[in-house]
Amino acid sequence: MNYKPDAELAFTSVEYIMRDVDWGWLIRYMHSTGASMFFVVVYLHMFRGLMYGSYRKPRELIWIFGVLIYLALMAEAFLGYLLPWGQMSFWGAQVIVNLFAAVPFIGEDLSIWIRGDYVISDATLNRFFAFHVIALPLVLIALVAVHLVALHEVGSNNPDGVEIKKKKDANGIPLDGIPFHPYYTVKDIVGVIVFLMVFSAILFFAPEMGGYFLEAANFVPADPLKTPEHIAPLWYFTPFYAILRAVPPLFGSQFPGVVAMGLSIVFLFFLPWLDRSKVKSIRYRGPIYKIMLALFIVSFIGLGYLGLLPSTPVATIFAQVFSVIYFLFFLLMPWYTSIDKTKPEPERVTG
Amino acid sequence: MKRLKNFLFLLAAAPVAAFAAGATVHLDKAPVNLTDHDSLQRGARMFVNYCLNCHSAGSMRYSRLQDIGLTEDQIKDNLLFAGEKPGETMKVGMTKADGKAWFGATPPDLSVIARSRGADWLYTYLRSFYRDDTRATGWNNTVFDKVGMPHVMWTLQGEMAPVHKKVGEHEVIERLELVKPGSVTLAEYDAMVGDLVNYLVWMGEPAQVQRKQLGVIVLIFLAVFFVVAYYLKKEFWKDIH
Repeated sequence: MNYKPDAELAFTSVEYIMRDVDWGWLIRYMHSTGASMFFVVVYLHMFRGLMYGSYRKPRELIWIFGVLIYLALMAEAFLGYLLPWGQMSFWGAQVIVNLFAAVPFIGEDLSIWIRGDYVISDATLNRFFAFHVIALPLVLIALVAVHLVALHEVGSNNPDGVEIKKKKDANGIPLDGIPFHPYYTVKDIVGVIVFLMVFSAILFFAPEMGGYFLEAANFVPADPLKTPEHIAPLWYFTPFYAILRAVPPLFGSQFPGVVAMGLSIVFLFFLPWLDRSKVKSIRYRGPIYKIMLALFIVSFIGLGYLGLLPSTPVATIFAQVFSVIYFLFFLLMPWYTSIDKTKPEPERVTG
Repeated sequence: MKRLKNFLFLLAAAPVAAFAAGATVHLDKAPVNLTDHDSLQRGARMFVNYCLNCHSAGSMRYSRLQDIGLTEDQIKDNLLFAGEKPGETMKVGMTKADGKAWFGATPPDLSVIARSRGADWLYTYLRSFYRDDTRATGWNNTVFDKVGMPHVMWTLQGEMAPVHKKVGEHEVIERLELVKPGSVTLAEYDAMVGDLVNYLVWMGEPAQVQRKQLGVIVLIFLAVFFVVAYYLKKEFWKDIH
């Protein structure tokens, strides 16, 4: 094995892969670009679900499994980011593991249990490596499997948000249904190629992606004695990081921020029951939902941007406003979706 | 809990931290051109002669210099001084502990320095040393204040002295001025540092030239594949309304 999960060797072993292993640089960049692009795809997939109401009955279970996949993916990304053992690997892990230390009463012990040491160390690197290559991938594969099994039970949604199984022909085949193969296999090949073109453009011409996919500070070996001047997580975590920092400490404890960060993801699970609209798809929704969804997306991207920056008083106020909008999108949803003026859903898929 | 608070404090204090240098110091554009083998070879010679006494490049093998047009014999005859073999990595004799004791900080390994610092930072930094008798080495730097590294290439550049100006109540350095010429002119020195930084950028990722070449081929392939796949999709879907 060319990568060495050892605090003394990890950083150099990655550079060894980049230089001395045949095509090692290609595999490493596929991995580092893939990590970020996986999140790009997942965020687009979730956004599409929000637009067309794919989380609504009868697809609640698919949505829940999807959110679990998202959670597992975040864990996988976090664990993997420690492995190159650069400065950001080390200090990013330090900050995140210390979030667990903010839990009242058991926090300190909890964080030691996670690290296996009092600081991020070789012991932490070893276990994170094991989690990253075996434990979490298994969880992800299992979750993807049940995500698909649940999908097969009810079938895919469509941009009209109507249930095609309500209208079947004499043979019991939905009138508006087409078989996955060959129709979606040939269609998805086109999508995959478009994705691969974007992916390859980044991989071959800008693998660092201006410091968003591979941070400059992570080309400095981890040094427990030298705190970097600015610690920021990778871009796909920054919305939640911004929420964490936006919440003021209570009695000198950062715990409220940690709770808010947790809740910002927990709310996603309840989406199928928070939405009381008569229709699923954005095509037939009223103006209120469209405005709320737009505000939600703006807040999410805004939080993501703010999470990259060092916190300043102005940035914190913006982060607080965006955080409030983020949560109001969920908390007010039962109200604004039920009073919204919807258009009637068509009987059949309109294409 | 206390540790967490410290971190969050550090995060909050980040903008005013000492490294503000990176944000406020003007950086000159480094002349990087990885296809210019002459420049890369001059840079490699500079690197071996001036840097590779205190700084190692532990991930870089001498033999890889063949990628920038040197032959194995040229490498052996011109760049190996202490009985190293071409297949070895660029190590230094000085131990980490000695480096720490002598300079206050261990000179960092330079294998990927261009990727952590950036070419423009290195180019400006290496041209911004000035005389400062308050420092143990006798040198300071406008890009990296109180740096432990002395001005290694001072015989080339000569000695620079700061020209101060007053901003409010503070004296700040406005620019540097040559007070004692070195063996080359300042323009020649800039060009030499340019070669060196060019080399450091190349050394940060020796595969990058090959990477970009392969990228063009991959994108052309995907573009052709896209056309085929697009019309295949259209053909299959023409009956679907």
